[in-house]
Amino acid sequence: METQMFITILISVVQISIVLSLVALSVPLLILMERKVIGFMQSRIGPKRVGPSGMLQTIADGLKLLLKEDIIPDRADKWVFRLAPMIVLVPAFVAFAVVPFSGTGLNVFGQRITPWVTDLNIGILFIIAISSVGVFGIILGGWASNSKYPLLGALRSAAQMVSYEVPLGLALVGGLMWAGTASMVGIVEAQREAHLWFFIPQVVGTVIYFMAGVAETNRAPFDLAEAETELVSGFHTEYSGMRFGLYFIAEYANMLIVAAVATTMFFGGWLRPFPNVSWLAFLDIFNFILPGQWGPFMSGLMWVIIKVSCFIFLYYWIRATFPRYRYDQLMSIGWKWLLPLALANIMGTGALLLWLGQTG
Amino acid sequence: MNSTLLPYLPVFLFLLFAAGLGGGMVIASTLAGRRRRDEPAVDLSAYECGLKPADPEHKRYTVKFYMVAMLFILLDLEVAFLYPWAVVYRDLGWYGFWLMAVFMALLTIGFIYVWARGALEWGDGRPRRPKTAGG
Repeated sequence: METQMFITILISVVQISIVLSLVALSVPLLILMERKVIGFMQSRIGPKRVGPSGMLQTIADGLKLLLKEDIIPDRADKWVFRLAPMIVLVPAFVAFAVVPFSGTGLNVFGQRITPWVTDLNIGILFIIAISSVGVFGIILGGWASNSKYPLLGALRSAAQMVSYEVPLGLALVGGLMWAGTASMVGIVEAQREAHLWFFIPQVVGTVIYFMAGVAETNRAPFDLAEAETELVSGFHTEYSGMRFGLYFIAEYANMLIVAAVATTMFFGGWLRPFPNVSWLAFLDIFNFILPGQWGPFMSGLMWVIIKVSCFIFLYYWIRATFPRYRYDQLMSIGWKWLLPLALANIMGTGALLLWLGQTG
Repeated sequence: MNSTLLPYLPVFLFLLFAAGLGGGMVIASTLAGRRRRDEPAVDLSAYECGLKPADPEHKRYTVKFYMVAMLFILLDLEVAFLYPWAVVYRDLGWYGFWLMAVFMALLTIGFIYVWARGALEWGDGRPRRPKTAGG
């Protein structure tokens, strides 16, 4: 019993280290891709000086942040000011604890290692709950700065995040009704059994979810919290050095979470397109290249990465396409359009499930 | 250990690791970063493009932010009610559908009231004209 417990903890530690380093290392890549993608969309090249075609640009930027002075304004509330970036960063990372990265685990030294850190039966609720903790960090950071731009930025940001959290949560309810479980692994399994990505019956839900997700992560065109022309840079105006960097890392980690939840909930997680059509099995390309257990594991991982990348690309595409909304427009989109639409979507899904005879 | 709590152990470990990573980055930056003993006062003052801050730091802001916070609490509680309902919906069938229809109807009445009272309005984006003594 004692040794079994020890082994369980050891496996968890290994899983956590892998997931955490993957997420932390993907942030520089995401920033580089953002600059490159938006660069090409605006007919320019983007970063190109540091490393081959600018590949090391974000590494250099990160090092620069690391070497910068960590200024704490003398009017600031020192301890809250120091703590606030951590309150934003930690929940953004912890949400990855329930994200399934592939379908089948690996057997290493006779121990089964699952491709998710833990499978909570309330997985999706856990993600919603833990990612809303980030709002505290933003409002505390803005308040503790004791400066007018951060305060206004933090208030805007907090109001925006709580406003869009409601449609975000409601949009997922439709998917949950189809899945009949809130476990992240269970949701994907339900899509395999239904022979259906829940995107198809939940188009409205998916669109609402993603719009709310963009607003929730304070990204363009809903990036009013850091509208440079009016607020300098919003709630992190007074931050410098690595503490500023933590806010940045958290923002990209949150984008990944939104993309990962959309992938799991609406786009079949690690499943290939049309998982029931057998002649499409060649799409799981790693099944034929790699031996034994590695094949299905890598195929699942590949699909998750492809789907998440598509959502991240969509983020950049939206940023390059739409101008920033006005604050009253932002609020009316959230409360007057997305919220009633999400409620209607829930009742519509309920009626559809009854009509299809999918209920017991 | 209790078997319902066991899946949360990795979450707790994850929390420690994430805090360690974030803290580590900050500590690395304090070790490697630039430090000055005689910080010029302008570096430590509130940001205002190098000028002296003109306005008080805690300006008054619109009460609408509180309105949003209250509406959020009401509706987010509703989301919390909907999650368990959604998970067992297929077992409940028509009973569950009408149950939620009544709940939604009540909520919609409240929502229409809030909308009609103008709690969701943020102005039309045009600058407000200051009241003059004569006008």
